[in-house]
Amino acid sequence: MPLELFNVGEPIADTKAPRDVPIGERWSQRRFRGRLVNPANRRKLTVIVVGTGLAGGSAAATLGEQGYKVKSFWYQDSPRRAHSVAAQGGINAAKNYRNDGDSVHRLFYDTVKGGDFRSRENNVHRLAEVSVDIIDQCVAQGVPFAREYGGLLDNRSFGGAQVSRTFYARGQTGQQLLYGAYQALERQIAAGNVEEHARHEMLDLIVVDGRARGIVARDLVSGEISTHFADAVVVASGGYGNVFYLSTNAKGSNTTAIWRAHKRGAYFANPCYTQIHPTCIPVKGDYQSKLTLMSESLRNDGRVWVPKERGDDRDARDIPEADRDYYLERIYPAFGNLVPRDIASRQAKNVCDEGRGVGPGGLGVYLDFGDAMERLGRPAIEAKYGNLFDMYAQITGEDPYETPMRIYPAVHYTMGGLWVDYDLQSTIPGMFVIGEANFSDHGANRLGASALMQGLADGYFVLPATISDYLADGPFEQVDEGHPAAVEALTGVQEQTQKLLNINGNRTPASFHRELGKLMWDLCGMERSEESLRKALDRIPEIRQEFWTDLKVGGDWHSFNQTLEHAGRVADFIELAELMCVDALHRNESCGGHFRAESQTPEGEALRDDENFAYVAAWEWTPQGQPPVLHKEDLEYEYVHLAQRSYK
Amino acid sequence: MTVEHAQRRTPKVAKTNSVFKKAVMAVSGIIMVLYLIAHVVGNLKAFSGAEAFNSYSGWIRTVGNPAVPGQTTLWIIRLVLLAAVVAHFWAAVSLWRQAKRARPQGYVTKKAVAQSYASRTMRWGGVIIAAFIIYHILDLTTGTVNAEGFDSTPYDRLVASFQNPFVTIFYAISVILLGMHLRHGIWSATQTLGQSNRRREKTVSLFAIGFATLLTLGFLLVPFSVLFGLID
Amino acid sequence: MTATDGAMRSSVGTPGAEKRGMNLTLRIWRQQGPSVKGKMVTYKVTDISPDMSFLEMLDVLNEQLILQGDDPVAFDHDCREGICGMCGVMINGQAHGPQQTTTCQLHMRSFADGDTIDVEPWRATAFPVIKDLAVDRRAFDRIIQAGGYISVPTGTAPEAHATPVPKKDSDAAFDAATCIGCGACVAACPNASSMLFTAAKVTHLGLVPQGQPERDDRVVNMVAQQDYEGFGGCTNIGECSASCPKGISMETISRLNHDLLGALRAGARPKS
Repeated sequence: MPLELFNVGEPIADTKAPRDVPIGERWSQRRFRGRLVNPANRRKLTVIVVGTGLAGGSAAATLGEQGYKVKSFWYQDSPRRAHSVAAQGGINAAKNYRNDGDSVHRLFYDTVKGGDFRSRENNVHRLAEVSVDIIDQCVAQGVPFAREYGGLLDNRSFGGAQVSRTFYARGQTGQQLLYGAYQALERQIAAGNVEEHARHEMLDLIVVDGRARGIVARDLVSGEISTHFADAVVVASGGYGNVFYLSTNAKGSNTTAIWRAHKRGAYFANPCYTQIHPTCIPVKGDYQSKLTLMSESLRNDGRVWVPKERGDDRDARDIPEADRDYYLERIYPAFGNLVPRDIASRQAKNVCDEGRGVGPGGLGVYLDFGDAMERLGRPAIEAKYGNLFDMYAQITGEDPYETPMRIYPAVHYTMGGLWVDYDLQSTIPGMFVIGEANFSDHGANRLGASALMQGLADGYFVLPATISDYLADGPFEQVDEGHPAAVEALTGVQEQTQKLLNINGNRTPASFHRELGKLMWDLCGMERSEESLRKALDRIPEIRQEFWTDLKVGGDWHSFNQTLEHAGRVADFIELAELMCVDALHRNESCGGHFRAESQTPEGEALRDDENFAYVAAWEWTPQGQPPVLHKEDLEYEYVHLAQRSYK
Repeated sequence: MTVEHAQRRTPKVAKTNSVFKKAVMAVSGIIMVLYLIAHVVGNLKAFSGAEAFNSYSGWIRTVGNPAVPGQTTLWIIRLVLLAAVVAHFWAAVSLWRQAKRARPQGYVTKKAVAQSYASRTMRWGGVIIAAFIIYHILDLTTGTVNAEGFDSTPYDRLVASFQNPFVTIFYAISVILLGMHLRHGIWSATQTLGQSNRRREKTVSLFAIGFATLLTLGFLLVPFSVLFGLID
Repeated sequence: MTATDGAMRSSVGTPGAEKRGMNLTLRIWRQQGPSVKGKMVTYKVTDISPDMSFLEMLDVLNEQLILQGDDPVAFDHDCREGICGMCGVMINGQAHGPQQTTTCQLHMRSFADGDTIDVEPWRATAFPVIKDLAVDRRAFDRIIQAGGYISVPTGTAPEAHATPVPKKDSDAAFDAATCIGCGACVAACPNASSMLFTAAKVTHLGLVPQGQPERDDRVVNMVAQQDYEGFGGCTNIGECSASCPKGISMETISRLNHDLLGALRAGARPKS
């Protein structure tokens, strides 16, 4: 690997998980060894929480209940809008209510394996332990999970598991879990324990004497940029999938909070790990602003195919069986249409690259329910998938009962994020990162129904327990807006904001965002190669240059200015994109959501290189013009045996 | 715009809430409906001739005698009704004012999706019905505006009024408005008193339509019979 | 949601076929801030694809405005898949437009070439305009703060299977709990009442056993708060339910009324 792209620094290690006891006792030992804060002293300690999704909302509520002074920030009008609300499928927990052999250890094992052996054993085991408490908590909050006629909770199975451990609330599990956390948070706001900052966006981290002590935030309504101080800062700002412009994330989802913290010294781990979901509604035109996920469950009855011949533009219903290629069933006779997400996605890309894709731009494959309709009858299909078919019809204007659906993969989740130790603390003391914003417990690939589990585990149970060990040293020395570090951060943000407005060029933020997204999708998407990544790394600095010379943002920053908000986010996405490509280029192996064309089995499957890459890549920011520094955290597997995945 | 915190401003006093107002409206409405049932039954006495009608009218005034003197019972009924009218009116005005305050600036374009003619005309319909009732009392109870004057018998006043087609038409319009008011009102009252649900919805709605129609027809029967000379 | 309208059927079987762009006249409410007077301003957009969502059509307009150096139209939106509740405008006099869905899920095929479309913000005292089409809906959060929760501090919960919940109650609670807090009910209501929003939460929590201990206080306080916020009173007209993208039923309002009158009889009074 040529040195100009990055430098290698000191290795990094998690020192917080107690390794002297068996894995099943480490979490309780850590809680026992960590120091506590006397309830009377908690009122003197302030914690800033950025974001109100499952992780941030539950953390803010819980810290408020414990008696800390909490300041909660979110960019939407209400905490109930955080994008966790859109999660459909469910939440895993090792309750073993089905008596089907599930256990904490099995959930732990499945999650490590599903993550393609690139996650930390200690964290994943803790996640599996805590999962059971989450369900208890949510049920007590009144979350209306699906139930059976006996009144007990229903479970279903999900990808990557042989047991039924997924709890769900129809197709709106994320919404219902989020409302539980949101209501708990509102209760604490009413009680005066949490101070709310609606429509505020974090734009920088304030670091004083090596500790995170506050943030700079812009009030999106008044435009005012101001400083806020605390004894600790918790960042729960979600994932960065919108670096691809088109993704299943909300339009406002962004990387700004974690990226600016990264520039203040927090290491960014595994940025190249992105999950691409195989069943989304394809892009229709240049105006497309976002992609919509369709539940993976559709692949249970739908058959995926494309025409055998490229350029076959007949109506799907006019193409005879003999001219169709059911490629998943052909390549994977054992699993057929039910291969894991990453494989289904990549094969869809392959057939489209061959020119056999269908629909606008040839970026789509058919998901055909013709056989299932014949076998089960239309009423059965309606009962099972009615709401999904309606959603598809609403968006595409096509009737999926009459003509096959068209689907295409879309960016869905980012496993990478800020590096944290077992306590969820970043490399900046006092800054904690939770939920999708951290590099998480999912390794190189996340299993279905595990995102909700991780967000709530972090927010309700892990962070509130670990943060006390840090806060036990507080309250820290009083800092106010006159502190040099605060002044520096504030003026830095103001200057950058003014700079965005001053360019007054000819292109909108959205136009740069679209260009960047397309580039990332083409060159650092479902399949990456040295060639594609080098191409991207040549082009991204040019985009950055053009952005800072040809951007056009109207208005000023002293008012409600959505174009300005977008511009600031795109500026950070451009910088992040570069790091993602560097990370993807340096990791010369395929694992989970990261597929390198150079590293595959003779059958074309992902090939890991455990000897050289069984580590977390934690990147340190360096000022522009200097290559980032790579710190490796070796992954040790004591309890799970490394193995190559096979779905043939 | 400065952003003040959204911490809950706690209501300082337990003010009369909007649901309570609606409950007052529902209960007072029910009282008036009960009266209307008695009223329409009495009206139909007109078909039994002048004597029966007038003696029925006299009976109302003396009912309860000699246990209670004179028109005591009638006055109790009148006071209860008056209270119901005042309460109904107060609740309506109060809710109307609350609605005005809740949206001082209206839409440039607004379409109704679910409103029926009846539900849309509850407020103005109510005002027209109130005006009608006043005229109705002056006409048939006190005789103040009746051609036969104060000294006539109730039956004479009835016939005198409804022989005039204009009076009958005004009466008919008002009664039909009343019917619509009741159709929505009955459904609305069950909803307000928390008695409607998905299972009962259809029944309540059918009952409201049936009851309102029957009552309206009952009230229309006498005046048109007078107009067409079936009663004279 | 239904899958059948004319425009839809015509495109079946011809995915990707060239579609003619629509030309539209937009009359959009422009208002600089909460205390500034606003007015309707007319814009033209051309070559709009019927497959665009309504918000994507507004994106196209805004891109034009930015490049012309004009102020783009402010509107709230986030998930663009119908679940976050952030978007919502009055379109031709109907909350979220002519279909019973969220604004982000309304597509331009619901309109015809040459149409004039009026776009206004939600109008209610309790929802002050921030700018143009964006309004402040935090009054809803304060109604939740008044009692829209179950008091259960983290870690205190009993085992989830300790209390079975009848499936029918659980399903009905879920139906009410799907409310996304978009505010269409208030916008559509002739009285600008928030009753459907409040009733949905009262119903959700009132139907599960965990919600019983606070049931009386919850309804009394939430209703007091919604009056205090300046919403109108409910007069059972039903515009709310007919405009609700999640189809929350009027039955929830009856439930709220029932609970409230019962709670008042039992002596529950709003906290002051």
